[in-house]
Amino acid sequence: MSVNRAQRVDLEVVTDLIPPNSRVLDVGSGDGVLLELLQGTKQVDGRGLELSQRGVNECVARGLSVIQGDADTDLKFYADKGFDFVVLSQTLQATRNPKVVLDELLRIGNRAIVSFPNFGHWRVRFSLLIKGRMPVTKDLPYSWYDTPNIHFCTIRDFVNLCEELGATVEKATALDANGQKIGLSMPWWFWNFFGQQAVFLLRR
Amino acid sequence: MAAQRAARTKDEVDHPSSPVLQFGPDKPLKLDAGTLLSPFQIAYQTYGTLNDARSNAILVCHALTGDQHVANTNPVTGKPGWWEVLIGPGKIIDTNRFFVICSNVVGGCLGSTGPASTNPATGKPYGLDLPIITIRDMVRAQAMLIDHFGIEKLFCVLGGSMGGMQVLEWVASYPERVFCALPIATGARHSSQNIAFHEVGRQAVMADPDWHGGKYLDFGKRPEKGLAVARMAAHITYLSEAALHRKFGRNLQDREALTFGFDADFQIESYLRHQGMTFVDRFDANSYLYLTRAMDYFDLAADHGGRLADAFAGTKTRFCLVSFTSDWLFPTEESRSIVHALNAAGASVSFVEIETDRGHDAFLLDEPELFAAINGFIASAARARGLSA
Repeated sequence: MSVNRAQRVDLEVVTDLIPPNSRVLDVGSGDGVLLELLQGTKQVDGRGLELSQRGVNECVARGLSVIQGDADTDLKFYADKGFDFVVLSQTLQATRNPKVVLDELLRIGNRAIVSFPNFGHWRVRFSLLIKGRMPVTKDLPYSWYDTPNIHFCTIRDFVNLCEELGATVEKATALDANGQKIGLSMPWWFWNFFGQQAVFLLRR
Repeated sequence: MAAQRAARTKDEVDHPSSPVLQFGPDKPLKLDAGTLLSPFQIAYQTYGTLNDARSNAILVCHALTGDQHVANTNPVTGKPGWWEVLIGPGKIIDTNRFFVICSNVVGGCLGSTGPASTNPATGKPYGLDLPIITIRDMVRAQAMLIDHFGIEKLFCVLGGSMGGMQVLEWVASYPERVFCALPIATGARHSSQNIAFHEVGRQAVMADPDWHGGKYLDFGKRPEKGLAVARMAAHITYLSEAALHRKFGRNLQDREALTFGFDADFQIESYLRHQGMTFVDRFDANSYLYLTRAMDYFDLAADHGGRLADAFAGTKTRFCLVSFTSDWLFPTEESRSIVHALNAAGASVSFVEIETDRGHDAFLLDEPELFAAINGFIASAARARGLSA
């Protein structure tokens, strides 16, 4: 289980949003690090959906309830409001149809928690503006031709999509390059410029 | 050797070496066919000790040609139990910790009432006078066995193939009696292709003149050739093309060149003939007809208004499904459709697909990833059930 620093902070923020004993669906559960954390600290009834078979087998071997499946195609099999929380951690940008996926999350969960790398971060803007290259950073280490991340968005883009889907932002957190939370008093443009990661708590 | 094995198989039918539970006229088995089976008996094996709370029982359901000897030397073949790699003291299903039960299915031929058993009304073997048995009938009989042990809720029910069908039926029929379920390499219904292969097998048995319209035991005969062909055809479906090629290729059997005849030139031919021949010594041909029919009739969704999710409505059972990439008898899609139904029912479900070229039979083999999944699932379920390690 390897988790980089940004992911770890992200997981902590997500975990803080979930009250004990909730029913949680983790979409894109990877090797189960979030589910295990949630079960250990919040005693949640946790389930997972993960694309890679290797990740699924690891999860199940560790006693987690995880199935192999694709967020783009398999969320439709879940019942309406079957979970208190549906978490999509660092996966939205890798889906083929983020709008449909987000819509499904809001249907399946009473609350949806979505975290993603902010493509409006100044380093990203700097890379394109000055270097004229697609950004490759520590947290986004892929080149344009081999990246699984096909639908990047900025914090502002995401807020717009939420409005379009009729979702209410109950809480939002932006983390700067050091994994520090950016002050709540700061305006959206500041978040969008200095936030490297964003975590949203949504409901509809 | 073969004759001895055949004689032992015959002995096991009415008076098996396993413990037997007899159900008299006061406890008939209600069959889906609309009749009662009475009296009847169930032969079973147990391993380990039932705890005081009666909460540590695991029921293992065997496959088409399996039996109750899951973790002890088989009395007919002298071979190790069919899942001894998995079940035993200190093993993944640890009999120092769990009370493991495995019974011969009704319709079988190793001690539970089946077509080879003596019909008390005539004093002769039932043959085709035995009503058709379904997967649900098998499970109903198992529930009567579980009642006998005073077990209200099984900790786990697990099995592969036809055993997996029984696992699914257990949860659908007795949702409150199964804490966790492990259906492996199975489906919620038998596919058209699977029914087709079974039909080939049955026709092979019935085409053998020694079958005598199902009354072969009355004539002191057995349709060995037909049953062997049935087994050969079925055995191919348990393997994969890749595994067959890896194991046998086009290798010749004990010869340097083709013989330009119909002898078993190829290793694969010799292998299949051997599989067919050894099978007929340990299995009753009519039992093969009944059990293949039971699988063909299985359609869990149809039993619940055509919607599979309704078979699991409100279930609190924890599930773990396992499929194998090269299994073309019960391909991954079959498991996946069960998973989707369980999702729709809001069930707790894990699903593992294991990469292997060993085909359907992989569930019986030493597959480390299978064992890791079973181990993780059982361990976490045991914690949730409050069973100490």
